[in-house]
Amino acid sequence: MTEKIYYFDNNATTKIDPYVLEEMLPYLTDFYGNSSSMHDFGGGLGDVVEKARKQVADLLGAEDPSEIIFTSCGTESDNAAINSAILSQPGKKHLVTSKVEHPAIINYFEMLEKRGYEVTWLDVDDQGLLSVDDVTGAIREDTALVSLMWANNETGVIFPVEEIASELKNRGVVFHTDAVQAAGKIPIDLKNNDITMLSISGHKLHAPKGIGALYVRRKTMFKPFVVGGHQERGRRAGTTPVAQIVAFGTACELAVKNMEKENTEVKKLRDLLEKLIAENVKSVEFLGHRDKRLPNTANISFGYVEGEAILLLLSENNIAASSGSACSSGSLEPSHVLRAMGKPFETCHASIRFSLSIYNTEEEVRHVCSVLPGIISELRKISPFTPAELR
Amino acid sequence: MAWKYSDKVKDHYLHPRNVGELNSANAVGEVGSMVCGDALKLFLKVDPDTEKIEDVSFQTYGCGSAIASSSALTEIIRGMTLEQALHVSNKDLADYLDGLPEEKMHCSVMGKEALEAAVASYRGEEYVHDDEDEGKIICHCFGVTDKQIEKVVIENNLDTVEQVTNYTKAGGACGSCLHQIEEIITSVRSKHFPETAPQLDTRGSTSPELKKKVSLYKKIKIIEDILDKEVRPALGMDSGGLDLVDVEDDTIYVRLIGKCHGCVNSEVTVEFIREQIEQILGEKINVVNVE
Repeated sequence: MTEKIYYFDNNATTKIDPYVLEEMLPYLTDFYGNSSSMHDFGGGLGDVVEKARKQVADLLGAEDPSEIIFTSCGTESDNAAINSAILSQPGKKHLVTSKVEHPAIINYFEMLEKRGYEVTWLDVDDQGLLSVDDVTGAIREDTALVSLMWANNETGVIFPVEEIASELKNRGVVFHTDAVQAAGKIPIDLKNNDITMLSISGHKLHAPKGIGALYVRRKTMFKPFVVGGHQERGRRAGTTPVAQIVAFGTACELAVKNMEKENTEVKKLRDLLEKLIAENVKSVEFLGHRDKRLPNTANISFGYVEGEAILLLLSENNIAASSGSACSSGSLEPSHVLRAMGKPFETCHASIRFSLSIYNTEEEVRHVCSVLPGIISELRKISPFTPAELR
Repeated sequence: MAWKYSDKVKDHYLHPRNVGELNSANAVGEVGSMVCGDALKLFLKVDPDTEKIEDVSFQTYGCGSAIASSSALTEIIRGMTLEQALHVSNKDLADYLDGLPEEKMHCSVMGKEALEAAVASYRGEEYVHDDEDEGKIICHCFGVTDKQIEKVVIENNLDTVEQVTNYTKAGGACGSCLHQIEEIITSVRSKHFPETAPQLDTRGSTSPELKKKVSLYKKIKIIEDILDKEVRPALGMDSGGLDLVDVEDDTIYVRLIGKCHGCVNSEVTVEFIREQIEQILGEKINVVNVE
């Protein structure tokens, strides 16, 4: 890869931080032992795994590193949380979630519906916000689990999960949150809130793919999802991926350091991007609540054109972004998140998400904003729906 | 998802030919909508004496392959007579572009439909594919009719529901019409491609005499046997079960019990039971769930 890539798709995945890579490499080359082995060459690696566990716990503000279970990814963490909540409360057959969750939650819940569970799918408003009263109002005697994402991957909109957790505290309900997008971008302080379980993923915060974690609050009954060996104190079987865990821990430590930057510099760049687009492109709609959202995410809909076409033309200019359009999803239905916000199909088909990271620069933002207006105007020339004044 | 587009598709969406309105047009064909995610407006200038397409242009709302298909269509039909143009198939369009991804074949079908709509408008006919004569709507999400489905199945020799979705979008959203699409495919194929029509599976317990008329008593015995061996074990995996209530001609009445009773998926379950019994019994039956 020699050409410069303008990477604005950090909610999809992020680049591995060079320091993270440096820290993990020895465990892929020299120190390849199995940390469950009796010999020192393998078993000795237990210490670096525990150091990483502490680093992850620190990012989340967890009371004790033992509350962290390493998994293979965010999806596994989500699945494991649901699985544990229902297996440990066999009499309870009711679940609560929202209509804008990640497929790792939605598809699992839909599968459980077919097996006789009843799911309350909560609505969001046109800004993507969720009402705390709606959550508490949905709770029943037989509610086993409430699972709500901390921040939305498509819009960046933040749910008041800490407030919800505190409302649910004494109601005998497990509260899980998918914090895959939130972790590293906004502060998380588990020792001072009432969240029962929380999922995070390495590759969204500059660690490699293939590693995630599930936080399980102490004294919570836990039933394993992946069953086999005794790794992770019997809570998640499978040979410990030492290198990925080291990388994940290192990335979490960096994320703590970079949190400030994320909320000042990255936010400034995201705001600049939105400002330049608003100034230079007519008939655009900015989606999601303006303030209650992640500092790095912008979701913008461009009237009269279609999202995949925009992405393809951006890609020709080495710009990577993503879209809520049906055409780019592999299904024929556009973004379920924007649909749940009551956005019409044409708005969803035309939506583009730009998601930034600390690696983006002002020069890159300005480059995107110099290329984008031309692309939109080209596509509007081709579109039969563009009104005369926009041609 | 990143699509594998040919260089030619790329060339046509990066540099679309014949874009814009055509002021001298005397035929316009319009299909699709913003809601569906793609739309094409085709402008033709037709010589009234020779019916030759002298000039052509397009406007498209849609993804890269929709733009490329529209652009390619204008290049192909320029200079053709209307009659010749009507013989251009969606496959010709895809071939011209060195192929389209399977999931994007509906873009080439949209090109073909816009052309038909333009010709119809030129001839003073109204092109509405949800008209009575044009069949009834099967997919309500994308407004696709049975006639349109039949047509793509015949023209492109399709045999799976997934292919029909790729070519027409039908069934690609809520999925409630998937079963109807399957029935259309089966009936079209048995008419047009009888040599490849699926043979009824007559495995295991089907005795030769079954193919003749059997007594009701024997039929019930066989059905009970199928339920015991094939159906109940499957339902049991989800902690469900069923009772056979009655058999009347070709209708079998069952009652779902256990977890299957009142399950949101009971329609799927009933469909599964019907398939199991039909397969072995070798004749068309209805299964009715009496709650």
